[in-house]
Amino acid sequence: MGNSSSMLTQYDIEEVQQHCQRLFSQQEIVSLYERFCQLDRNAKGFISADEFLSVPEFAMHPLSQRLLKMVDGLNFKDFVAFLSAFSAKASVQMKIKLIFKVYDSDGNGKVSFNDILEVLRDLSGSFISDNQREQVLTQLLKEAGYSKDSYLTLDDFIKVLGSPGLKMEVEVPVD
Amino acid sequence: MSSNQGKLKPSSSELDLDRPNIEDYLPSGASIQEPHGKLRLSDLLDISPILTEAAGAIVDDSFTRCFKSNSPEPWNWNVYLFPLWCFGVVFRYLILFPARAIVLTIGWIIFLSCFIPVHFLLKGNDALRKKLERVLVELICSFFVASWTGVVKYHGPRPSMRPKQVFVANHTSMIDFIILEQMTAFAVIMQKHPGWVGLLQSTILESVGCIWFNRSEAKDREIVAKKLREHSQGADNNPLLIFPEGTCVNNQYSVMFKKGAFELGCTVCPVAIKYNKIFVDAFWNSRKQSFTMHLLQLMTSWAVVCDVWYLEPQNLRPGETAIEFAERVRDIISVRAGLRKVPWDGYLKYSRPSPKHRERKQQSFAESVLRRLEEK
Repeated sequence: MGNSSSMLTQYDIEEVQQHCQRLFSQQEIVSLYERFCQLDRNAKGFISADEFLSVPEFAMHPLSQRLLKMVDGLNFKDFVAFLSAFSAKASVQMKIKLIFKVYDSDGNGKVSFNDILEVLRDLSGSFISDNQREQVLTQLLKEAGYSKDSYLTLDDFIKVLGSPGLKMEVEVPVD
Repeated sequence: MSSNQGKLKPSSSELDLDRPNIEDYLPSGASIQEPHGKLRLSDLLDISPILTEAAGAIVDDSFTRCFKSNSPEPWNWNVYLFPLWCFGVVFRYLILFPARAIVLTIGWIIFLSCFIPVHFLLKGNDALRKKLERVLVELICSFFVASWTGVVKYHGPRPSMRPKQVFVANHTSMIDFIILEQMTAFAVIMQKHPGWVGLLQSTILESVGCIWFNRSEAKDREIVAKKLREHSQGADNNPLLIFPEGTCVNNQYSVMFKKGAFELGCTVCPVAIKYNKIFVDAFWNSRKQSFTMHLLQLMTSWAVVCDVWYLEPQNLRPGETAIEFAERVRDIISVRAGLRKVPWDGYLKYSRPSPKHRERKQQSFAESVLRRLEEK
């Protein structure tokens, strides 16, 4: 992939499309490449954390630090692969997999009580006390048939979240 | 108008005072459909709307769009257009550019040979000296505009010199100042620049009356506000020109106006500037080019075409806050110049958003959870 030129060849586009399981159309990949080059200011071939944070809407997002760990330093192919979970054509399973990855910050395939607590902390900040968060989570886990010491796997997530109504889609603007 | 350093530090809380609620403008999916019913584990774990917002911001966001250079479409893409374009390039670089450089040099010679004597010899006779300096500054600006073959159409009544009035305009490049200055010698408030621009600022612009600010200093704002007030009250100071956006925007959007210009107790005269991109995109993308390169780019293009509208002076309405006044004037200018309004503070180019926004999102999430906990 030509880092110095901002022109994608047809071959490049097809390679990227293959990599993201054809979840984006070729036009969308071209648009995403334009966006990638716009964010990657000095054409290094990847977008640094700083450059992501220069998008104010992203910087003020409660989960921005977690997402940064997942997108920092990705090259274009992986950038598209990451975003492909947000394509309208992506399966519900793919979307839940991404949600799981956000919770499972140490990547060991299991989401613990603490992992969920930490995400909740990012989402609610100082507006709910730690105690209250623990209480709420323990209660909800119990109601769903888990305990405080359970480790949730991807399958558990699919069971809990896997309603067909799960919507997580982003539209790529195409000129 | 900035140097190329991105000083990325958390923004001071003072920047917050400048804008109304961003959430009023932003599409935030979470607040549109308030979830109801008893809280379950799936509701707590389901971060899909929040992730969608983040991914949406990664894919496209209204802030970055404001600073995107939109060069005119290349038209040199076939067998006979390409040689025509090559001929155009040769003509522009080898004939037009030297001719313009010569014109500009002549202009500088005339200017300096008049300005220096006037400045030093008429030290005693201030009124006459100021008048002559004003005319000379207008002259050199006209030379600058000629050096890019500026085709500027002015609409509306010429600005007059009255006390207690300030002029505000949308900002696309530092040449905005030159284009307006060739008609009327404004006093201006500017970021102090390094290099030859800084030298010009401290010598020539000093004579028409200039106020410096330093974006990176927090306390600076109060000092500048005071200077602005003093200047606008003075009867024989040149009318003050302010660019309330605080940074260069690409002439298709307008960012939030800072309220400083609107709380001076003066009449505000809006000026709208719209560049025609037909030959060149006049947006100075300070992250991509230095000002010198920007000028050279203009001098090697066919022409800089723009329209300037002097709009009806506005006063603070009873019961209106300075921020509302600023928004109202921004509306007037944006409508006239065909700009789309975005709710962002231009200074976000150099600093991060205040933690207040994140906290607001956290608060609304927390409230939603707690509320649903009560429901049985």
